[in-house]
Amino acid sequence: MKNLWFHLMPYKDLPDDFRDTHPSVWVDINSKLLDAERVHQHYNEYLDELEYAGQLGFDGICCNEHHQNGYGLMPSPNLIASTLTRRTTEPAICVMGNSLALYNPPTRVAEEFAMLDCMSGGRLIAGFPVGTPMDTIFAYAQNPSKLRERYYEAHDIVMRAWQEEETFSFDGRFNQLRYVNVWPRPVQKPHPPVWIPGGGSVETWRWCAEMDYVYCYLSYFGYKAGEATMKGFWDEMDKLGKDRNPYRAGFLQFVAVGETEKEALELYKESAEYFYGRCLHVNPKWASPAGYQSEATIRAKVQSQVALAAQKSAGPAGAAREWKDILDLGYVIAGDPDQVAERIREVCTNLNVGHLMLLCQFGNMSTDLAKYNTKLYAERVMPQISDLFDDQWNDAWWPQPLSERSLPAEVA
Amino acid sequence: MPKTRSLTIRDREVRVLEDGISDVPVVFLAGIGGVPAWTPFLEALATNRRVIVPSLPGFPGATEFRHLDSLYDWVVHTLETLELLGEPTFDLIGSSVGGALASEIASLVETQVRRLVLIAPFGVFLEDDPAADIWAQIPGPKSIPNLVCSHPERWDALWEMPADGDEIEWSILQTRSMEAAARFLFPFGKTGVTSRLHRIGNATLLIRGAEDRVLPAASNAVFADGIKGSVRTIEIEDAGHLPEIDNPEALVREINAFLLDQEN
Repeated sequence: MKNLWFHLMPYKDLPDDFRDTHPSVWVDINSKLLDAERVHQHYNEYLDELEYAGQLGFDGICCNEHHQNGYGLMPSPNLIASTLTRRTTEPAICVMGNSLALYNPPTRVAEEFAMLDCMSGGRLIAGFPVGTPMDTIFAYAQNPSKLRERYYEAHDIVMRAWQEEETFSFDGRFNQLRYVNVWPRPVQKPHPPVWIPGGGSVETWRWCAEMDYVYCYLSYFGYKAGEATMKGFWDEMDKLGKDRNPYRAGFLQFVAVGETEKEALELYKESAEYFYGRCLHVNPKWASPAGYQSEATIRAKVQSQVALAAQKSAGPAGAAREWKDILDLGYVIAGDPDQVAERIREVCTNLNVGHLMLLCQFGNMSTDLAKYNTKLYAERVMPQISDLFDDQWNDAWWPQPLSERSLPAEVA
Repeated sequence: MPKTRSLTIRDREVRVLEDGISDVPVVFLAGIGGVPAWTPFLEALATNRRVIVPSLPGFPGATEFRHLDSLYDWVVHTLETLELLGEPTFDLIGSSVGGALASEIASLVETQVRRLVLIAPFGVFLEDDPAADIWAQIPGPKSIPNLVCSHPERWDALWEMPADGDEIEWSILQTRSMEAAARFLFPFGKTGVTSRLHRIGNATLLIRGAEDRVLPAASNAVFADGIKGSVRTIEIEDAGHLPEIDNPEALVREINAFLLDQEN
């Protein structure tokens, strides 16, 4: 199996009473809460952490895209990824990803991802999310009724732009491009592996199967809440006659590793409660604009990840915010290295997931603690689980880098 | 009870409800939510007029709407619907979402539309006095009725699921109409009609509910200033964005008075 280190890049100084005094962490979060000097420090520490994970042998390092968001300081994941191409040499660079409908024209994504693939020597994983309603409908004012249609059309443009040798015209429903001929083109042929982060949309599952893409369920609520969605995904794969290769799937999990269970429970409590208490405080009015969720998905009674998060945020019971509940519900897997390894093996086997994305930094966790968590996972957990699936399945969705890659010269 | 028939427009079905008697009919283009059932407002209006209610695309009675991308598509669809009704002239009432389309039609085909009634029409957005964001609402059955009605229980009564209804399909009916409205009105409800209002030469009754929480009074004022024909502006007391649900008696009184005045 593959272990990927995922960063959300949260802002760490949301006030203690944030839940009670502010309506939402997303879309209309108060800009007075933000200190740009602090963000300067955040970016440098967060990039250090991603690079550190790469050095310690994580198979991939991941960034993602959010807008107007207090727990995701990456409106442009491509900027983050571009620095990682220069400061890391081995790990896959997983941009998870570019919300295709937000780029005008969508060839911008083809260009920037091709640049990243060239810069990194073929280490790019190209993630194409539809994007949350907060990012797409409200921050970027995309029409909820046209978002998916635009997304699929943008996808077609990018894939053709990467693969067609001749300059072509694209006469789409939403995009008219007279001359499409992106330079550069990706190193990986015919194109970098495509991973699709999604909630629980039936159409997305079917589309991933049809296109032979990886489906990634990026849940903040851990393996217990993710079981139903992943079961739905695999049931759909069965229906469509696809094999159960675990590398068709990715899954996000928070982990908290200590030398002992007691230490883990003490060390990570504050940052977990910061994340679930403040970072997920999303005003539910942003969660479910009419049209964002397809009628087929409503009929399938599968709730979107964001609606679920918002509902949990707003509901009387709400999502767990206390450390004990966070652990009991499986949002965070915490313990000593052996305990975590055992649980991760169990989770990946049960959910049948070959690409595990790990959040080792979350909430207001200090960079020292994030590195400690990362190191224990890399050195003491990863060796116990990395063999999983490899005797049975081939990962056909992993980057194929150049065997000889250029390295940055020393700065004089 | 109204008669129900179906029009086929570009291979897609559009339900038309009709009741009452008069030579020149009144055509009603509905607002947010559409017409899930014949309403007390339509019943009262049909006591002395022939009332024709074609469904808007994506609203109850016309499932399909995703083939319509631009405002231009929506206006042409509305025009084709009105042409297929086969009425040489008619009075046109448009409320809310339907008001946006009614004002566009009146700006294009003055001869077919006799008198125009606009009830809190969408079409204008004012940065200093913005409309509510009808698409940013807390999920659940109460949000939209509480926003658009001062008597949400009347919305609930209108939207009571038939005994043989399917709960999910019934909820999709409402969601679909909100999505359909978004199709041509997102994000501001602005259509650019301001630059076409000078083409509306019809005598126009411009209405808003005194307790409208969706559109500001200033929005109707833009219509009043721009329309070339004579404009009468009124507020309906004890009514929100959809006076046809909140206070149908007062609304029908005002509409009838206006139409009678214009006939005399």
